[in-house]
Amino acid sequence: MFNSLSDRLTATFKNLRGRGRLSEADIDATVREIRRALLDADVAVPVVREFTSAIRERALGAEVSGALNPAQQVVKIVNEELVEILGGATRTLVLAKVPPTVIMLAGLQGAGKTTLAGKLAHALKAQGHTPVLVAADLQRPNAVTQLSVVAERAGVPVFAPHPGNQGAVDLDVVIGDPVGVARDGVAFARDKQHDVVIVDTAGRLGVDAVLMQQAADIRAAINPDEVLFVIDAMIGQDAVATASAFLEGVDFTGVVLSKLDGDARGGAALSVAKVTGRPIMFASTGEKLTDFEVFHPDRMAGRILDM
Amino acid sequence: LSRDHLTEDDWDELEETLLLADVGAGPAGELIEALRTRVRVEGVGDPAAVRAMLRDELVTLVGPDLDRTLHTQGAEPGTPGVVLVVGVNGTGKTTTVGKLARVLVADGRQVVLGAADTFRAAAADQLQTWGSRVGVPTVRADRDGADPAAVAFDAVREGRSDGADVVLVDTAGRLQNKAGLMDELGKITRVITREAALTEVLLVLDATTGQNGLQQARVFGEVAGVTGIVLTKLDGTAKGGIVVAVQRELGVPVKLVGLGEGPDDLAPFDAEQFVDGILGG
Ligand SMILES: Nc1nc2c(ncn2[C@@H]2O[C@H](COP(=O)(O)OP(=O)(O)OP(=O)(O)O)[C@@H](O)[C@H]2O)c(=O)[nH]1
Ligand SMILES: Nc1nc2c(ncn2[C@@H]2O[C@H](COP(=O)(O)OP(=O)(O)OP(=O)(O)O)[C@@H](O)[C@H]2O)c(=O)[nH]1
Ligand SMILES: [K+]
Ligand SMILES: [Mg+2]
Ligand SMILES: [Mg+2]
Repeated sequence: MFNSLSDRLTATFKNLRGRGRLSEADIDATVREIRRALLDADVAVPVVREFTSAIRERALGAEVSGALNPAQQVVKIVNEELVEILGGATRTLVLAKVPPTVIMLAGLQGAGKTTLAGKLAHALKAQGHTPVLVAADLQRPNAVTQLSVVAERAGVPVFAPHPGNQGAVDLDVVIGDPVGVARDGVAFARDKQHDVVIVDTAGRLGVDAVLMQQAADIRAAINPDEVLFVIDAMIGQDAVATASAFLEGVDFTGVVLSKLDGDARGGAALSVAKVTGRPIMFASTGEKLTDFEVFHPDRMAGRILDM
Repeated sequence: LSRDHLTEDDWDELEETLLLADVGAGPAGELIEALRTRVRVEGVGDPAAVRAMLRDELVTLVGPDLDRTLHTQGAEPGTPGVVLVVGVNGTGKTTTVGKLARVLVADGRQVVLGAADTFRAAAADQLQTWGSRVGVPTVRADRDGADPAAVAFDAVREGRSDGADVVLVDTAGRLQNKAGLMDELGKITRVITREAALTEVLLVLDATTGQNGLQQARVFGEVAGVTGIVLTKLDGTAKGGIVVAVQRELGVPVKLVGLGEGPDDLAPFDAEQFVDGILGG
């Protein structure tokens, strides 16, 4: 059994060692293997198409070097291309010249926004910042309670003037004034001299025009330094449609890939980076406050293709 | 055999439709191969007719005649039906329990909820909110981090002693590669069974999930004896095509779909509608 792409490519090339240049037939076979591996890793179809044609071109022109066998050579090319798309060097949070730094979180339902709010606060606090969390998800039942618990665990205050959905109201209507809460939260931070404000928002679908407009309104009201789009590493082909909708809706500045502690290959990372051009900044790797790290493009490249 | 009259681009486009719906490269390739053979044998030349054939093949694969009824009748007289809801983090388990409670109450059934997610912040509060909305009691631990199996057991015991018809047990989200958490889930199922048989174990899959969904189904199926799938968040742009492979491999049908965050956004799974979603119809 050839499990990893490296193994499969080695098998494809096993008769090639020592030849000077890869033939077109060899390359076609290789590109098929790569395509399959990318699709199995949930990389979006249009991204796969573009990626494999770039690989094909590079492989056609490549001279097989003495030190590497053809499989290694192609893997190296693939890896370089992946890391390039995922963003060679990672970027850190942009802090406001005049505090407070405002960070807004956005994403689909259940992506990991509220959990991330706690993780960010915890990490920033450890660096000497004085973050406050703002409970602007009034939609999901007990989201405000959840954020309050998360804030307590992180040892930071929460600004939660509205209790949010506690069950008395119908979920199909917009509850309270999340735009107002977000705006007041930033004013609160300024007033109480918190140097970072993290605004948690409700999960929403890309196709939900009303809620997407609400997110845009929140963005306009608080003028954030960073808008982080949180996306589940398990997501499949929908990554493109969703990331595009959020890019258009809230013009996010960075991406956080969540639930990377799972065993999904995480091809969405590639899709989102390629389609939106926004950097993936952090990885969320568990349910605990400390399960949070800077994103490593090289590790992700290896993970996507199992190399 | 005569050649078919579709171009390679036509075939690629059909395959891409399946891939874009998360059907997966393996199943999509097989479907297209089978279809190509059929098209050659039957001498069909018109792309629209081929598309209609693909729809038929898909509907057959998804199984319009599978038994998708939800088992909520107690296994023995005097015991409630017990529905356990499991899945990875954030798929919509708690929301599904709330919606399901609503449906059952509307059917005149007496329902008890069990908040066996003692881990996530405010998880029990969230479930209780759903419970109070539909007017059913929620059994929960008095503190965070309590033993979830004990809470599940208490909920089933209370349901039984109160003469309830159905107990719905919500569990914490867990990734299937976390052995400790999966062991905990195994324990929850065993402990519940001491009080009453599990009549339904629902795996909640998020429609946005890609190929990892199959791995989720495999491991949860093994650990918790999944008997049905709930496919949530179908109200978005995601098609949920991974359940085609899940159904095939586990032999477990999709029983319900989630179509929103509101209490009425739960519907029986409909094979034809689902396939039309995949094919963009
Ligand atoms: N294993 C794992 N679980 C995570 C991670 N991030 C979040 N979760 C879990 O995923 C679930 C959803 O997380 P939330 O933070 O509530 O997600 P959200 O985006 O705020 O959800 P909504 O507000 O409902 O849209 C919870 O069970 C979290 O504990 C992660 O990196 N790894
Ligand atoms: N659009 C849409 N959102 C849904 C659906 N089902 C659940 N949600 C939302 O998804 C998010 C997560 O739902 P939960 O019910 O908390 O998910 P869970 O599986 O219990 O999450 P954990 O317990 O943290 O693992 C919430 O924001 C829900 O409102 C659905 O069918 N459609
Ligand atoms: K859909
Ligand atoms: Mg949240
Ligand atoms: Mg839950």
